[in-house]
Amino acid sequence: MGMNAEMLLAAVDPTLLLVVFSSVIVLGGGAVVVQRRSGQRRETPPSVPAPSAAPVASTTLDHSSGLGATEEVVDPGDAQPLVVEAPVGVEAAAAVVAAPPTVEGSLQKSRGLFSSLRAARRLKAIDEGTWEDLEATMLRADVGVATTALVLTALKEQVKEGLISDDAGLFAGLKQQLTAVLDRTVRPANGELARTSSDEAVTVWLVVGVNGVGKTTTIGKLANRASNEGLKVLLAAGDTFRAAAGEQLATWGDRSDTEVVRGAAGGDPSAIIFDALQRAKAKNYDVVLADTAGRLHNKVNLVEELKKIRRVADKEPGDVTEVLLVIDATTGQNALVQARQFTEAVSVTGVVLTKLDGTAKGGVVLAIEAELGIPVRFIGVGEGVNDLLVFEPRAFIDALVGDDQLG
Amino acid sequence: MFDALSDRLERIGGRLRGRGRISAQDLAEALGEIRTALLEADVELSVARAFCDNVAARCSIEELSKSLTPGQQVVKAVHEELISVLGGETLKITYASRPPTVILLAGLQGAGKTTTAGKLATWFKSQGRNPMVVAADLQRPAAVEQLRILAEQAGVGFHSFGTSPVEVVKNGVDEAVRIGRDVVILDTAGRLSIDEALMAEVKAISAATTPHYTFLVIDAMTGQDAVHTAKAFDETLALDGVVLTKLDGDARGGAALSVKYVLGKPIAFASTGERLGDLELFHPDRMADRILGMGDVLSLIEQAERTMDTAKLGESAGRMLAGQFTFDDFLEQMNQIKKMGSFGSIARLIPGMGKQLKEAASQFDDREIARIEGMVHSMTAQERQNPDLIDRSRQTRIAHGSGRSVADVAALLKQFKQMAKMMKSLGGGGGMPQMPGMGNPLAMRKQLQAMSQASPEQLSGLLGGTPTGATAPPPWAAQKPASGSKKGKKKGGRVTPPKGR
Repeated sequence: MGMNAEMLLAAVDPTLLLVVFSSVIVLGGGAVVVQRRSGQRRETPPSVPAPSAAPVASTTLDHSSGLGATEEVVDPGDAQPLVVEAPVGVEAAAAVVAAPPTVEGSLQKSRGLFSSLRAARRLKAIDEGTWEDLEATMLRADVGVATTALVLTALKEQVKEGLISDDAGLFAGLKQQLTAVLDRTVRPANGELARTSSDEAVTVWLVVGVNGVGKTTTIGKLANRASNEGLKVLLAAGDTFRAAAGEQLATWGDRSDTEVVRGAAGGDPSAIIFDALQRAKAKNYDVVLADTAGRLHNKVNLVEELKKIRRVADKEPGDVTEVLLVIDATTGQNALVQARQFTEAVSVTGVVLTKLDGTAKGGVVLAIEAELGIPVRFIGVGEGVNDLLVFEPRAFIDALVGDDQLG
Repeated sequence: MFDALSDRLERIGGRLRGRGRISAQDLAEALGEIRTALLEADVELSVARAFCDNVAARCSIEELSKSLTPGQQVVKAVHEELISVLGGETLKITYASRPPTVILLAGLQGAGKTTTAGKLATWFKSQGRNPMVVAADLQRPAAVEQLRILAEQAGVGFHSFGTSPVEVVKNGVDEAVRIGRDVVILDTAGRLSIDEALMAEVKAISAATTPHYTFLVIDAMTGQDAVHTAKAFDETLALDGVVLTKLDGDARGGAALSVKYVLGKPIAFASTGERLGDLELFHPDRMADRILGMGDVLSLIEQAERTMDTAKLGESAGRMLAGQFTFDDFLEQMNQIKKMGSFGSIARLIPGMGKQLKEAASQFDDREIARIEGMVHSMTAQERQNPDLIDRSRQTRIAHGSGRSVADVAALLKQFKQMAKMMKSLGGGGGMPQMPGMGNPLAMRKQLQAMSQASPEQLSGLLGGTPTGATAPPPWAAQKPASGSKKGKKKGGRVTPPKGR
């Protein structure tokens, strides 16, 4: 069947050739022309990333250097008619879960995996099978090939040096290695989110991520957490693209007793952030918590739009102190690419790992921390307003490997 | 989306190609690389293992050693195995003899069920059906509202009445019968496979409506958990297929392979963009081609055959390979391509398209074509026939005539000349007797691939013609500034085009 393609290819070679030919001319040459224009709305897919108009011989993936300079001035007059929704403040209590969930509890499944492995291993000495099992377990938890290899190499070294000789030592060593990966990253204590140091400025926390990871839900939870800490929070419904995203955020606003600034569907998200900032300044809010539309990190125009949102949010009186990237725990190795791209675009300051209440292990955060040094700050473990926990490296690893004493 | 995987296999292929004889160890190493590539593409571990075993069974060391292109042989084996895993036929929807045909969508939170419901409705509408969507996700705030808006945008029926999901879907199907909708799509709340209460609920929904098709909606970015989730849903609902979403991302999509492998259920639809129309039937064979970086050749060819004047194209292709391609041919060709649809979407289908060009293609604004045509139209007939005529002063005139800058014109010329030269060398007319000619489709493909993977600047380096592009730089390569030195420069960094005469 695959050879089909080849035969066909042989038959229509001229056509293909011509198409390739024109494409390269148009895309290559065209990029030079397009590069200077901007305008980044979804409706009019604009700027080509410019297959390097600058004569750089090396293949570089960084298109931002060329485009980032297209400075945009935001015209306040551009602002959408805005709706400020007063909190209804009902259901808040209803949404509260009686007993706050624990990291341990929510990671039961992963723990089970490692624990059963331990039970099996306890009977044997360290051999090739041990390593294979360890590798398999880490890979299955989405830890990723590179990080897994890193950890295993370090462990093997310790075994060779005689530092580890039995299973108990091996698991302690594994735990230590994994914890070490997370400890290399600087993480604010108690999940504290940074606020502006200036009296004049308004703190902005920007929440970003690909589609369907749980950004809006996370914002609801973060808003609740911040108001519980006594902060006056204003939500900005920056997702104007997805149908009913504003309504969804408004519901969360009600649950956490927080006001929401909304604009028209399909409107300019930057304008909404701008409005929220003005309102926050006028009404003495402590924090603007800004939602953004889900966007795939490989869509250049949408990433450009996000950069613009950040620029606007950072303009007076705004001060973006946190950019939180929401990552779905079920995501595989692509999460690493997401983290890399979003950081490049808007300087991510932390990760919120959601949907850890499922069977997914979320092991990819190890790779994110190891390779990018971006700390995981919170984990999402359910749909209730309180189901957001501060990420604790030790608890996370303990839950992953099992924390009971070896017999 | 499988680009990285194909890159990887390509590299393995390249390494094997360099060897005279293949040892068992070489093969083991290649298989190890394939396994790593699969794992990095999020293929589930046991699936990756089984896959590699099957590939090994397809490769005999004797035959590999005899082959001139052992790498290709391995790649071919991987390709065959991919097709056999992803394979089978494209799902054909059979409509219920007594309408409505009921379709149930289930999946984890955030997989894209609601959006998929809207897209499926749009798809059925395009098939001449009269669909209705039923919003039974009463859990997520505003999910019902979201589907209502999507239905409105798609111009399809919408229904959501009742206090429990089961009641809603029952009412929905009844309503469809009453008003004569022939396809009903049920959107349900996202749920975890380990949440027994919610799994029981979706089972009850299924029992109440006896859907003709039950689709699991899965995010193409899903990691190792995909198999677990798919199995759990299959046990509860007896799935008929899978809808793969967010394929427009750069995830390598190993989940598709794993789920197909483990469940044996077809991937029915794939969602490839944010618009309601961005949903298509999943083509396993094309996907396998894509994994190997062959591009979606079949789609491209189908499109081309439907719309292009092949006789005319053949003529200009002939001229091109003879090194006589002119701007008139180029214009003609652009006209043909425009008939096929949006330029960006066509360019994206080209086999082995490199990352940069692909990205450029996906973001391409079709109005750009008009600007390029504007420049060509501002040339005299003579200039179009003989681009070498165009010197600096003619460039200035053309720039004035088309309202572009001289640099734009120069860039277009440069691009055109490089491509013309490359095409000539492809055709064997460039005085390079060792070049594979038209007779060898495989070598040809390699060429095209090498070409389209290069950035425009690298193209000149490829003109030497070998697939690896590792030949002496052409004369004008010396004009390039040292690599990296101009990275930050935005405008002045363009090279003066070589004065061709």
